[in-house]
Amino acid sequence: MENILVVENLKKYFPIKGGGAVKAVDGVSFSIRRGTAMGLVGESGCGKTTTGRMILRLSGEKTGGNVVFNGREIYSLSKSQLRHLRPKMQIIYQDPFSSLSPRMPVGEIITEAVREHKLVEKRALDGYIDTIMERCGLQPFHKNRYPHEFSGGQRQRICIARALALKPEFIVCDEPVSALDVSVQAQIINLLKELQRQENLTYLFISHDLSVVEHITDTVGVMYLGSLVEYAPTQKLFAKPLHPYTKALFSAIPIPDPAHKMQRVVLQGSLPSPADPPSGCKFHTRCPHAMDVCTQNHPAWLEVEPGHFCACHLYCK
Amino acid sequence: MGKYILKRLGISVGILLVVMFIIYALLRSLPASYVETMAIQLSQAPGAKPYDVWVTQLNEQYGLNVGLVQGYFVQLKNLLTGNFGDSWKFAVPVTQKFSQVIGISFVMGAIALVLEILIAVPLGILAASKQYSRRDYAITAGALIGISLPTFFFATVLKLVFSVKLGWFDLFGLVGRDYPNLSPWGKFWDMAAHLVLPIITLVVVSVGSLMRHTRTNMLEVLQADYIRTARAKGLRNRRVILNHAFRNTLIPLVTIIGGSLPGLFAGALITETLFAIPGIGYTSYQAMVAGDIPFSMFYLTFLAALTLLGNLLSDILYAVVDPRVRLG
Repeated sequence: MENILVVENLKKYFPIKGGGAVKAVDGVSFSIRRGTAMGLVGESGCGKTTTGRMILRLSGEKTGGNVVFNGREIYSLSKSQLRHLRPKMQIIYQDPFSSLSPRMPVGEIITEAVREHKLVEKRALDGYIDTIMERCGLQPFHKNRYPHEFSGGQRQRICIARALALKPEFIVCDEPVSALDVSVQAQIINLLKELQRQENLTYLFISHDLSVVEHITDTVGVMYLGSLVEYAPTQKLFAKPLHPYTKALFSAIPIPDPAHKMQRVVLQGSLPSPADPPSGCKFHTRCPHAMDVCTQNHPAWLEVEPGHFCACHLYCK
Repeated sequence: MGKYILKRLGISVGILLVVMFIIYALLRSLPASYVETMAIQLSQAPGAKPYDVWVTQLNEQYGLNVGLVQGYFVQLKNLLTGNFGDSWKFAVPVTQKFSQVIGISFVMGAIALVLEILIAVPLGILAASKQYSRRDYAITAGALIGISLPTFFFATVLKLVFSVKLGWFDLFGLVGRDYPNLSPWGKFWDMAAHLVLPIITLVVVSVGSLMRHTRTNMLEVLQADYIRTARAKGLRNRRVILNHAFRNTLIPLVTIIGGSLPGLFAGALITETLFAIPGIGYTSYQAMVAGDIPFSMFYLTFLAALTLLGNLLSDILYAVVDPRVRLG
């Protein structure tokens, strides 16, 4: 299976007034095969969301690196080329309350871009939108209502329907369920899985909820302070995390068994500023296994086991 | 909806009564007393009664010999029964004088407001759609200059350049010397030419603030997630700006424009005075300086009622442009 998306050494620095820059994304590389879902996990502020937006060129210009989608580097496209490519790569946001225009009826929100890009014949348009809405668990008679008349879960369904209507190949799901109730979360996750199977969709699934990620993704990348620290097939990663940060992260997953005693790896200190990241390995200030070499050298990105990558001096030989 | 409007109307009437009392109290305490000025004049005539006698007599005649509260209720009763009285200063019925002068002020104000909206809103959108660009800075700086220009200064500069130096327009007045001899079209054009400079003055000094409101609101909306969604849909920039962003900017704009509607009837005191245009602004100024209570009372009450009505209207319009607002 070919790669639908290849991200190479992607960088995005946001300049700070008075010099310096916040290194929100600092040299991230990965690729996603068509029809699979990749998870991107990490704590708040690690650059997950910025990475997702950068991949779709929704957050201004890049600072460095490449994003190759379907064989085309999207930052080298002209504005109109990019516009025509947009339907193929969609995004679903975390907050379904702010991502829908309050002054537009739901039907128009879903239809607008389909009409703009002439994805469906004019005569068939109404029926097409009805089908899409039904597939996403919405009633077609909801078309004339406004977003504020819906619940959070329904709004997220609207967002999914909106994205799906454009016949995308790739969808960035930026924490699509973290604003929802747990019961609704499950419905939305199942909807996303079902649509993926039916349409052979590719997902980049950004989340800080590890159990959700385990459920829906095929591969997972772990981010810390703007960089990937580990990348592996989901099963492998959850069975045997390598990087100390991943271990600490996974030790925080609750296990629904009162007899089980949690053995949490509690990280000391707080997240360093992405404007002034630590030297060497960025994680050395909080790492329980930190060595001298960690403070000086950036650890190499190594394939420790087949398909399992990690950037940590513990595995450098 | 109907119930809501009725309730709001009731509240507005209450507010209006209080406002009218304040207006009356203020007019009564003005240092420019019409009666005293008249008494001085009358007592100076040879063989006339002394000043004090005149004051007492005139006070009685003009109904000023009663207390504030009683006087207020007399005025209130007159106004409510449609008896607006005669203007002291102009010696004609208040409504007659008012209807003579309001037309020209309204026309001037309406043209200025329409031009203002037509100029300010597109400029605000242009500036906001490329924040911190050269275009944005140019528009913002222009708006700031407009806001900062004092009306009397700007009007005088316009007169100097276009009337004195270039001689394109008359220096002041509403009609030219040959007006009575002109054809109907000629009369129209004559009047239009005389209104050019006053309207330019009005527009330039007021366009800036509306433009800045538009820009600020647009900038806020452009930050929203749903704008990012619209871009992610691959819509043309034009469509994102006009269909998604501007629609959501309309809500605060309607409030601002609704609030400025009563201003159409308020006239433009400084501009009208400088260009000697016999509108309501200039007339009300003359009445107030002379201590003309019936005229001032009528004019100010009228404005207060309009302001209240304007607020009510913009609240109702809110519900029209913003589907989230349900009046009830």
